[in-house]
Amino acid sequence: MQAPLLAIDGLRTVFRTSSGEVAAVDGVSLAVPRGRTLGIVGESGCGKSMLSLSVMRLVPRPGRVAAGSVRLEGRDLLTLSPAEMRSVRGGQVAMIFQEPMTSLNPVHTIGDQIIEAMQAHEAGGRDLRDRAIEALRRVRIPAPERRLDEYPHQLSGGMRQRVMIAMALACRPKLLIADEPTTALDVTVQAQILDLLRELQAETGMSIILITHDLGVVAEMADEVAVMYAGRVVEQATARALFEDPQHPYTLGLLGSIPRLDEERDRLLAIEGAVPPPFALPPGCRFAPRCPFSITECTAAMPPLRELAEGHGAACIRAPVEQAVAA
Amino acid sequence: MSSVAPSPPQPSPAGGGGSDTPSPAQRGGGGTAANGTRAAAREGGSHAAKPLLAVENLVKHYPVRRGLILARQVGTVRAVDGVSFTLNRGETLALVGESGCGKSTTARLVLRLIEPSAGRVAIEGEDITSLSGAALRRLRRRAQIIFQDPYASLNPRLSVGDAIAEPMVVHGIGDAAARAARVRELLGLVGLAPYHADRYPHEFSGGQRQRIGIARALAVQPELVVCDEPVSALDVSIQAQVVNLLKELQLRFGLAYLFIAHDLAVVKHMADRVAVMYLGRIVEIAEKRALFAAPRHPYTRALLAAIPHPDPSRRGQVTPLGGDVPSPMAIPPGCRFHTRCPHAAELCRTQEPPALEIGPGHLAACHFAATLPPVAAAPGGGLSSLAAKRLALFAAGRPAA
Ligand SMILES: Nc1ncnc2c1ncn2[C@@H]1O[C@H](COP(=O)(O)OP(=O)(O)OP(=O)(O)O)[C@@H](O)[C@H]1O
Ligand SMILES: Nc1ncnc2c1ncn2[C@@H]1O[C@H](COP(=O)(O)OP(=O)(O)OP(=O)(O)O)[C@@H](O)[C@H]1O
Ligand code: SF4
Ligand SMILES: [Mg+2]
Ligand SMILES: [Mg+2]
Repeated sequence: MQAPLLAIDGLRTVFRTSSGEVAAVDGVSLAVPRGRTLGIVGESGCGKSMLSLSVMRLVPRPGRVAAGSVRLEGRDLLTLSPAEMRSVRGGQVAMIFQEPMTSLNPVHTIGDQIIEAMQAHEAGGRDLRDRAIEALRRVRIPAPERRLDEYPHQLSGGMRQRVMIAMALACRPKLLIADEPTTALDVTVQAQILDLLRELQAETGMSIILITHDLGVVAEMADEVAVMYAGRVVEQATARALFEDPQHPYTLGLLGSIPRLDEERDRLLAIEGAVPPPFALPPGCRFAPRCPFSITECTAAMPPLRELAEGHGAACIRAPVEQAVAA
Repeated sequence: MSSVAPSPPQPSPAGGGGSDTPSPAQRGGGGTAANGTRAAAREGGSHAAKPLLAVENLVKHYPVRRGLILARQVGTVRAVDGVSFTLNRGETLALVGESGCGKSTTARLVLRLIEPSAGRVAIEGEDITSLSGAALRRLRRRAQIIFQDPYASLNPRLSVGDAIAEPMVVHGIGDAAARAARVRELLGLVGLAPYHADRYPHEFSGGQRQRIGIARALAVQPELVVCDEPVSALDVSIQAQVVNLLKELQLRFGLAYLFIAHDLAVVKHMADRVAVMYLGRIVEIAEKRALFAAPRHPYTRALLAAIPHPDPSRRGQVTPLGGDVPSPMAIPPGCRFHTRCPHAAELCRTQEPPALEIGPGHLAACHFAATLPPVAAAPGGGLSSLAAKRLALFAAGRPAA
């Protein structure tokens, strides 16, 4: 098997708070294969954004990466100097966020911002304006010559997200981290953006980390999936295996919570209770208080990710649950 | 008229094999309501004749002005541009459509939180657009609203108990002791505890705040609850809790919901009928099963085709709709969808399509609604049998709440 483009190992990202040090990301290990998409799913606060910001070394204060390694083609990003890291960022690795309006500068034109993104990484050469037009055309923005001179507020949400993608791709990254890139968009616009990401991936061979809480988006886009809960990866599998053979009770809970267009149910499953905050984590398995399968052993020690089939792991001592229940 | 006309009361679909979702008629009359005195009393009336809510040609236009001193009108936002529908007791009508299509404005007009530019809103046949004083207050008691953002809709300085009691105070219901007892009852109804009454909104999670918003809306025993994206801001596991709660409360109290959402899977789960809006107007309205199984308007079809399914074997079936929604200040002439419609013909660019009746209670405002080819049924679907088996075990083994 080919070495992965990115290998995260034992990553731990902590925040110092009034109630002591809390871990937003707590021992996460993941690999992103070349040219493929890793989906990361989980509910609000489970550490998805902190994980991606840790990879980019952009964790906001008072947070910091406390342990682990993040190897991009073998090189540990966590040991790079700030200058080296700057050239990785927006060079080999680029990131796009949920709300493009907050990451675009409202007082500069689209064109100026794209040109700036391009200049950060290589010297002029060909006419920058032409290349900016080309960048907009690549993300299928109609009439790019005209759009170049417009300001962010003149564009629709979908157009702004296209501009963000154009800027992220200006330097031809090997890895694109997309943190909920379609969450703020209407479903028809989401479909356009997902389509675009897929086409651009086929064109460039880049890898994508796609963060989302939408299981539909994951099923549509991801090759591999990691399900996160309270700072940890609780299940990891190919997308197909995750949906056909879901193992972790939290994954089951998520699948049961969403209403489906292809099936009618009287009542949604719903998971009782709520995600624990990082300063009040229960002992042992963090899902235990909400889990219908939990037994005393679940609260004794944190269950490690256990391989249940090739390339399919779940951090649950009771999985597969039908065997546990029958026993 | 070119708008979608109010739909007649819904007969149950022919053949009606579906058993899981009771029709509104079954619901109210079946004696399912445990606390059903009010619901039963209402159902006893001649409700078949008059829908609880009837909206006719509702219009809300906002003038757009420029200039500080001599503010000149430079345009008009046609936020709601001729909307008609009816809603029966105990029924859920969902209003769906993309951001800015006029869903919230319609909701506010129905509750008369804003004044319409034209049109009529009637509750049990009584036009509310001309009410004032005590009559308007009575209406307000019968129709309540739940908002999307539980954070913004609760006063941070009011304890939860006071927030829930406030509508009762406004409507002069009960004395302090009676209201306190009712607050405790309502907290129980929405799955919270009596001691929560003394806490403040910031001490609650998003899902809990939404429960508080629901308790507050139910405090004055409304018949109609307008739900404006009540679960859109919530995580999926919490969303499922609130969706289940809304369904339970509806059965119990015979509530009618005008349910606004943009997630079509949630809509399919909640609604009896669905109205699809585009640029200020309903382009298709139908009984839920008809709308999802055989949509007749190209925009409804485009919305459905854009949804990614939680099923990797269906990957690649998503079909994006091209272009962006035009501005409500510059609604295209003819069919307002023609700039993005794959079926648009010359006729569509010049003539506004009338609402064609496709079947009982099924209307679609498209020139070709009757002749469009049927949508091919998508292959695959549903949970895998392994996933279904494990989900059943999850449901069976659920720890006590
Ligand atoms: N400045 C901070 N101080 C303390 N804790 C923080 C801080 N910033 C984030 N956290 C914690 O880190 C955890 C992970 O947050 P993160 O933003 O990664 O979640 P997420 O999975 O991206 O959620 P969402 O879906 O809402 O974007 C949260 O529980 C949050 O409380
Ligand atoms: N007070 C106002 N003045 C001017 N325009 C308004 C006003 N209120 C709403 N609008 C406009 O009317 C249109 C419809 O708005 P509305 O809030 O009803 O949409 P919506 O369907 O609820 O959208 P969303 O899904 O984003 O909540 C939008 O274009 C909006 O900008
Ligand atoms: S009337 Fe024409 S443009 Fe409008 S939806 Fe039908 S086919 Fe499309
Ligand atoms: Mg996040
Ligand atoms: Mg709205």
